[in-house]
Amino acid sequence: MTAPPTSLSPTNLSPIVRFNDVHLDMASDAGTVNILRGITLDIAAGEIAAVVGPSGAGKSSLMMVAGGLERATSGRVEVAGHDLGPLDDDARARLRRDGIGIVFQGFHLLPTMTALENVALPLEFAGRSNAFETAQAALERVGLGHRLGHYPAQLSGGEQQRVAVARAFVGRPRLLLADEPTGNLDGATGKQVMNLLFELARADGATLILITHDMALAGRCDRILRIADGLVVGDQRTPVALAAQ
Amino acid sequence: MNLALKLARREMRSGLGGFRLFIACLALGVGAIAAILSFSRAVEEGLHADAREIMGGDVAVSLLYREASPEQVAFLRTQGQLVRWIDSRAMARPIKTDGHAALIQLKAVEPGYPLYGSIELRGGGSLADALAKRDGLWGAVVEEAALRRMNIALGDRVKVGEATVEVRAVIAREPDRGLNAFASLGPRLMMPFAALVESGLVQPGSLLTWEYRLLLPPGTSDVAAIDAIKSHYPDAGWRMRGLADAGGGLRFWLDRLTQFMGLIGLASLLVGGVGVGNAISSFLTTRLRTIATLKCLGAPERLVFTTYFLQLAALSLLGVALGVAVGSALPFLAQFLIADLLPVRARVALYAQPLATAAAFGLLVSLLFALLPLIRARGVSAATLMRGAVVSENRLGWRDALLIGSAAVLLAGFTVITADGRRVAAYFVLGAVGAFIAFPLLARGLMLVAARVGKPKLASLRLALANLHRPGAPTPIVMLSLGLGLTVLVATALIEGNLREQITRRIPKDAPAFFFIDIQSTQMPDFEKAIASVPGAGALDKVPSLRGRIVRIGGKPVAEVKIPPEARWAVDGDRGVTYSATPPEGSRIVAGEWWTSDYRGPQLISFDAELARAFGIGLGDTLTVNVLGRDIEAKIASLRRIEWTTLSINFVFVFSPGTLDRAPHTFLATVKATPAAEDAIFNTITDRFPNVTVVRIRDAIETAADVLGNIGLATRVIGLLSILAGVLVLAGVMLATQRRRVHEAVVMKVLGATRARIAGIFAWEFAALGLATAIAALGVGTLGAWLVVRRLMGLDWTFLPMVAVAVAAGAMALTLAFGLAGTLAALRQRPLALLRNE
Repeated sequence: MTAPPTSLSPTNLSPIVRFNDVHLDMASDAGTVNILRGITLDIAAGEIAAVVGPSGAGKSSLMMVAGGLERATSGRVEVAGHDLGPLDDDARARLRRDGIGIVFQGFHLLPTMTALENVALPLEFAGRSNAFETAQAALERVGLGHRLGHYPAQLSGGEQQRVAVARAFVGRPRLLLADEPTGNLDGATGKQVMNLLFELARADGATLILITHDMALAGRCDRILRIADGLVVGDQRTPVALAAQ
Repeated sequence: MNLALKLARREMRSGLGGFRLFIACLALGVGAIAAILSFSRAVEEGLHADAREIMGGDVAVSLLYREASPEQVAFLRTQGQLVRWIDSRAMARPIKTDGHAALIQLKAVEPGYPLYGSIELRGGGSLADALAKRDGLWGAVVEEAALRRMNIALGDRVKVGEATVEVRAVIAREPDRGLNAFASLGPRLMMPFAALVESGLVQPGSLLTWEYRLLLPPGTSDVAAIDAIKSHYPDAGWRMRGLADAGGGLRFWLDRLTQFMGLIGLASLLVGGVGVGNAISSFLTTRLRTIATLKCLGAPERLVFTTYFLQLAALSLLGVALGVAVGSALPFLAQFLIADLLPVRARVALYAQPLATAAAFGLLVSLLFALLPLIRARGVSAATLMRGAVVSENRLGWRDALLIGSAAVLLAGFTVITADGRRVAAYFVLGAVGAFIAFPLLARGLMLVAARVGKPKLASLRLALANLHRPGAPTPIVMLSLGLGLTVLVATALIEGNLREQITRRIPKDAPAFFFIDIQSTQMPDFEKAIASVPGAGALDKVPSLRGRIVRIGGKPVAEVKIPPEARWAVDGDRGVTYSATPPEGSRIVAGEWWTSDYRGPQLISFDAELARAFGIGLGDTLTVNVLGRDIEAKIASLRRIEWTTLSINFVFVFSPGTLDRAPHTFLATVKATPAAEDAIFNTITDRFPNVTVVRIRDAIETAADVLGNIGLATRVIGLLSILAGVLVLAGVMLATQRRRVHEAVVMKVLGATRARIAGIFAWEFAALGLATAIAALGVGTLGAWLVVRRLMGLDWTFLPMVAVAVAAGAMALTLAFGLAGTLAALRQRPLALLRNE
């Protein structure tokens, strides 16, 4: 087993995510389900990539594998040059703590903690002495400086997702994973949250992998990866990327 | 109602999976109460059915320290068939050289004994045969322990006083042994009455109990016979019992033990009630959407309430039925296990009343704890429910508060009404109410402290402390459920420990080693020399001993004085009387003055201060005591508080010298001794003074401690039930919060926490919670035990630190075990299912 990485060092950022013939099988009552069936892809550092595809195609599973939350059944997964295969759960946790931010459709804030405490949590895990000051700054950055002491239940859906975005960004991760972050929000609020995500990702130079059903939103990304039935069936540069080039 | 019933039935089709703990909590408490009440009833029935055997006749007449006069005996014989025996402590000395003298509980019986039932001898045979004189030698039968203590076998001879008897059989069962089976200092030795008369032990003033039993002619009531005897001999000073009092001391203990254990069982049920409430809250939380939908479709609040009330009523009935089934089966098991230990044959059967009482307790507890969550679920608006919020804890309306209050009052009333000792039950109710108020308050206190304790540098500790006070934290419910169970255990352990302390630790180190009973006046000079000849024997403390009976208090006949039950013993037959020129050791004069050592004026008396208060008399009042047939009136010159625990010889009545010293009397004596000298003293006295009874203090203390130990074990077992109930509730709480814990663990994993970190956070949280709960339970339990020991029992109080340590360690271990079990399960969860888009 390799020594657990402590950070995503700048020397190994290109490409930041590399999947090589990755399979993910899961047991179910009906037998083994092949969720990912040989995904191979590279995502470069600083790239903003959309992952699109029908429900059940394996988009969320791909994100879970990239974030080290699921272990690939076979194939090789590298994040920032680290092969995730030999890493145990704790090494993967440290990898996430120091270099990966994740935003979920369901927010997944801890309901018993205030907004400030939720955002400070990854910094506390990292042993940062200025966890709360940094968390406060992150919340102010997403426009929630006035909601620090509020509990999730006291916040609107949009506010909760902004807290989740602040929590994902607070450690200045090099890789950001977002799984349908606007799925539970109305159109206007969703747009605000996405603007915030793009803005923060670009400002910090972070890689963003965005899972979405919204093609307009995907169109704002540099690259669109199409997933169907556990395979990558399309990979195209968007006009945004082409224009930028 | 019909619609509610239909809706309830449809809802219940989904099964009872979530209600296992609910049912277990109820079944445990109801089962404990049903078992205790049923077994007590079985013993009671045994006492009733075997009353004649247990008492040895239809009417029992007991005289302490003196024989009934020939006229009295003749009168008793006119009432029915009479048999008599003498019961006493005595020394038995084997003839063989390697035998050991031993203190025995002697019973010297006339040939007609027993009037009812029979003495069962091991290996068969009749008592009459075993005791008969053969080749000029009387027979004796003994309990097996006597053989061991004296190192003898059947066929060996022993001397009791000056009489020699041959031990011929082992007693398998003595129906009228009563409480002596538990509490006597020595094993039983039964011999013929005539043999005891030959022994020389029957002397005026000897500490013998004379027992008379009557077998009445058919159709004669025991009550009528007692009335006849009383009217003929109103001042005989004997104690008479009819069949209703056959159990005597046994019934007294049975009633108290039943009440004590029953209340502990009820405490378990109350702890289980918390689990019931929790289970209902959790269940109703899962039904919020259903309730919301029903309300949106126009269901009124009453329908919602009734629908869920009916479901819970059905589940409660199931839990109660299970408890009743277990509770009615357990006495059969108990009978199988402990039948030999009981002095009475319990009539184990299915008794409706105790089972109904237990069931009623279960239903009332269930009702009380179900009402609050039901009312809260009913009162939440459909809109709030549709947002998936938790059931809000709005303030209760006065009608709802009244409803819950009525249920509580009903339960409290039922507890008091069904109890034998209503005062104790009322204290229990107050204590329970206090605990239910105290624990939530203490939990709030802990949450406040956790919120204000600052932010420790250790992140895991900081997060754990924060988990204790956050909204939705399980702190109050864990503290209440585990805390109540622990409180019961702490209180029972401390009460029992304090009683044990009274008997063992509080005995002073320089307490005497032996009591000597029935030393004749003529033996005293030799006796003193014999003691002095043993190296290591201390000074002999001797006190003259006579028997006397109070006949007038303050000039009024005893029958005309209202005497409280706790002081009746002092006027119920003969008591020890002495005279002294100086105040006895181990007592303190609290009023008046002791007479001068050369006082020879009118008769004065020094009396026990507590009894004087009970009799309503004081300094200057008179007491008339009948000693050896002569009434001696004396003026109270001083009142004493007697410290019985010093083990010095002490008497309730101490007369001034001048009258009693001329009456024939025996002596009591104590002697202090080094442990090495004890055996030599024992052997010297038992060899040379066969009539003197020797009681080794250490044996007496051990016997008392053993008796208490057995009672303590029984109460501890029942006390553990309350902990078991607490554990069930704790398990329920943990299960209810497991979903949250899994979510927290997964989110923390996502945010980069290692498994050790997550486990550490939960471990700190549960350890802190366990410790706080233990401290709270110690506080509340100690207060309860202190009130019982000091106020109810009037004994001295000792705090027992080992109980505190054991409770703290136990509570932390329990919460940690449950918490970490849940945490490990949470850590094993795969995040995909939980985190994927809903």
